Formats: sequence, C-alpha cells, structure tokens
Amino acid sequence: MDRLLSDEKRTELVELAKRIRRHIIKMTTEAGSGHPSSSLSAVELLVTLYFGGFLRYRPGEPGWPDRDRFILSKGHAAPVLYAVLAEAGFFPVEQLWTLRRIGSPLEGHPNRKRLPAVEASTGSLGQGLSIGLGHALAARLDGRKYRVFVLLGDGEIDEGQVWEAVAAAAKYRVGNLIAIVDHNGYQQTGPTREVLDLDPIPQKWSSFGWHTQEIDGHDLDAVAAAYSAAIETGDRPSLIVARTVKGKGIEAVLDELGDHNMHGKPLPKGAAEKALALLA
Amino acid sequence: MKIGQRIGLKLGKATRDAFGLALAEVGREDPSVVVIDGDVHNSTRTEYFAAEFPDRFFNVGIAESNMVGIASGLAASGKTPVVASFAAFIMCNAFDQLRMGVAFPELPVKVVGSHAGISIGADGPSQMGIEDVALACALPGFAVVVPADEPSTKAATRAMIAHPGPVYLRVGRPKVPIVYENGCDFQIGRAIEVRDGVDVTIVANGIMVAAALEAAHLLEQEDISARVLDMHTVKPIDQTALQAAAEETGAIVVAEEHLHYGGLGAAVAQTVGELCPTRLAFVNLGDRYAESGTPDELLEKYGLTADNIVAAVKRVLD
Repeated sequence: MDRLLSDEKRTELVELAKRIRRHIIKMTTEAGSGHPSSSLSAVELLVTLYFGGFLRYRPGEPGWPDRDRFILSKGHAAPVLYAVLAEAGFFPVEQLWTLRRIGSPLEGHPNRKRLPAVEASTGSLGQGLSIGLGHALAARLDGRKYRVFVLLGDGEIDEGQVWEAVAAAAKYRVGNLIAIVDHNGYQQTGPTREVLDLDPIPQKWSSFGWHTQEIDGHDLDAVAAAYSAAIETGDRPSLIVARTVKGKGIEAVLDELGDHNMHGKPLPKGAAEKALALLA
Repeated sequence: MKIGQRIGLKLGKATRDAFGLALAEVGREDPSVVVIDGDVHNSTRTEYFAAEFPDRFFNVGIAESNMVGIASGLAASGKTPVVASFAAFIMCNAFDQLRMGVAFPELPVKVVGSHAGISIGADGPSQMGIEDVALACALPGFAVVVPADEPSTKAATRAMIAHPGPVYLRVGRPKVPIVYENGCDFQIGRAIEVRDGVDVTIVANGIMVAAALEAAHLLEQEDISARVLDMHTVKPIDQTALQAAAEETGAIVVAEEHLHYGGLGAAVAQTVGELCPTRLAFVNLGDRYAESGTPDELLEKYGLTADNIVAAVKRVLD
C-alpha cells in the first residue's frame, strides 16, 4: 500500500501522539479521576484526524460553518479530545491541568456550552452518531461540503440507538458521515466479548449498507489510509473499525498494576511518573 | 366530543390537524424549518409539511431516540428542527436524548407530542401521553405549551417556531370545541383570560379550557362568578396572571388532561404557594392509567368534565 504520510509527517505525528499521551496521564492524575485508558486507545485516531490533514478546522473560529465536525460519542474519552484541541490551538495547553475542576470548561465529559471547540455534549452513551447524522443532513440541505466524523466506543455500540442511526444513515446515503469504532476490547466491567459480544462489527454495519474497513488503530499509516478511503467513498456512510489497545503506550505500567482495563481510573502518582518516563 | 356543547361551542379541527396545517404554512415562510418523523406523519399531521417539502422531511422509522439525536445535530448546524411523534413515545422513549441533545446544550429543537391525554379514546393507555407535561417541564430551558383549540394551536405553532429555545407542544387526536372564534393573541408564557369572574378562578389548558368555560356557565346559574384562565404555557408559567387570580378571586381550581403530579396543577400550586397562598383544588387524572373507550366515556369516567370542575369549585369555596 502506498503510504500517505511523508516520513516527516509521520515523525511529527509520532511525537505529537507521545505528547498527547503525556497530557492524558498528567491531566487525569492531577484531577484524581477520569478515563485515561479509554483515552489512550484513541490517540492515533485523533492525532491523524486533526494533524494529518483530514479534519478541516479553524482554531480561532470554532463555529466556522464549513468546518468538518468531530463528535466524541464516547464522551468519557474527553482527556484525549481536550489534549488534541489544546495542541491544535483551540485553547492553551496550560488549561489542560484544570480538567474536572470547578469553573473549568474542561468538564469530566464534553460540554459544548462551556467549550465551543466541542461539537456535541456527550457522556450518555449511544447518542453521538445520531447527532452526527443530523449535521450530515444539514450539510446536504445547505449545499455545504463539510464532513462529520464520529468516534464511538466498542462498548458504546451496545446501545440500541446506535443501530437506529446506522440504519437511518444508510437510508439517506450520507457520504459525508464517517464513524470510527475504537475497538479496544474492554468496557466498564470487562471484555466486550464477555459483556455483550457484537463482533464481527464491520459485517454488521456493512449489512446495513455502510462502507466498512477494519484497521490497526495505532498504525498511523493505516489510520491515514482508512480516513482517505472513507472520504473517497462519497455515496454512502463509512465505518472504520480500529483495533486498539486500552491503555496503549503504558502497557508495562498496567502490567505492574495488574489491570489492563483500568476503566475510569487515573494512574496513582508513582505509576504516572513511570508512565511519563515510558512516553518521554 | 361533548365538552362545550351545552354552551354552544362549535366543534373545530383536532389540535393535531391545526398544528400540521400551520407547520406547512410556516414551512413556506421559513426555509430553516425541517421535520423529523417516526413513521407517524399521518397521525401527527406532519404529512402536510412532508407533501410540500419532501427534501426537508425525514422519516427515520420508528426510532424516537434517533429522531431527537438527528434533530440535535440539525439544530447545532443552524436548522429549526421539529420532531413530532405521539406524546407518549417522544417524551418517554427519547427522554435522555432530549436531556443530552436538546436541553443540556440549549438547542432550539421543537418537540411536538400528539395523541396526548385520554381523549384519544379506544387505542388505550399505551398510546395515551399523560406523563408528558411533567417530563417536559423537568427539562431545563424548555417552554411547555398545551393549546386549547384549533385557532390557538395554529398560533402556538408559529410561536413555537419563533421561540428562541426548545419547546414542547402538546396536541390531541379528536376534534375539539373552538374557544377562540375570533382568533387569539397568543404569546408563550402569557395566560389568556377567556372569561372574567370574581369568586373563583379556573385555570385550565388543552381541552379543559372548553370544559372550564362550560363550568363557568353552569356556576353562573348558581350565582358563582368564575374567571377562566387559559394557561396554555405550563412553563414558564404566567406568575402575574396567577397572582392576580389569587388576590382577586381568592380560590383557584386547576383543570388538565394529565396526571396529578408534575403537570399544570403542580406548577400553579408552586407559584401560588410562593406568591399568594390560596385555596386550591385539582381536576386531573390523579395517579393512575386509564383504559380503552370512547373519548366522552373516558372523560366522564376519569373525572374530566365541566361537572367535575363545578364540584371542585364548590369544594374550594366551601
């Protein structure tokens, strides 16, 4: 496969991914709560989207009508979104250390009223794809060319509303809607296979009429190629199932803690220091 | 429908029909209006809009949660979405989506619940929206509107579209008597005094406004002078009109086609209790579900007639 990313670009994204992982660890440990492991699995997906030239946005004008929309349907991964938005210039990096504090717009889950760079208020799972479909239909009505990207969790797709949206998006053949499932294999209380097994995900979505791809969600070139192919699809909605690792980048630390899910738990101070050293 | 017949009120269109016709009219004037349907457009009467504006009409199937999510996205991208289904289904099935996608982000989505109340008749309790006003009132920032008849529903539909925030509009299935023969000055949040009186005030909305007028007529024959307020907006409630009613008439009866808890009665009691404590009585469905039957049979069996209002007035004046 031709590689879309130049060597220079790839090096830049690798460095950015590391920096964003460090932000995620620092933010959540500092806050004393949050979902670092759920954030870490989506780092390459967001870094490639925001800094690989796929998402069109203006940090100085978050409400730009022609912007591409990114909706974090798995709202508990707010730390990765905030870290990416800060690096993209929507607000200062220093603001990240106010995560979850009273008065901060960086709430535990994204709140579009408080933080204009956030496209949808999420955190109650299963709703982002429907909202994304609404934006996609608005683009069609207004003759605008923007695209809508929605990131869902693999546990999140347990919600029936997701499947209502999958069916409706296929009906309206919204080629400007791209869903990404962060398939890290775990949800709150255990492996998705044990809680509610929805594999194989691409086959289910393609049976509704979606274009589907399945990739390694940590391989920057694969992620870039998948975004490119999804954008090219044009005449129907597109799904990217990204196989990922929950807590990617700090596996050795999770080994020591004996918890590879670590759902909704920040790293204790000592473990955070080890993690930051791993990501230096 | 028997309500209002004794005092010669003419039967007009169902409020769902008035809403559907007005929506199509507004659609001609405002290109930002789009409609999301849950495969009930021939019941909610969004079919008139759909026929004229097929590109701005989305029947997404029997999927209320998805309807509201889609409306949220459309509103965030500058549209004025109207989400219409049965009151029971849109409020009960999509409540979290209304919370997360509409109320919390403060988006101007217009929610219309049809087939509200027990006066839908034979289809029975599963189809009757009788918790809807309580649920809508619980959502921060929502205006909650329950119009009485055909002319006021047309005006309410226009007011709903023009209103800057989210709105819940409640409409019904059967043809209902016309209260506003000569049109009405309809403003969200402003009660309409349909009849003046000095001994008691009957605060009502929906079909109970006609029942209240009928009750006032019956009371007049017993030398009791009843004021009738059409409290079409449950939230934000008209505090000025309620305070004046409490001070000037000294007793209030609240009549609504809804459960006892969380509806108009609760809103009136909270307001009057704070501003001007007054004797109150309530005419509503109580704390129970109804059953199948004809609309008139149900309204009589479940206590929503002019006679029930008269009895409540006598209790409150006793």
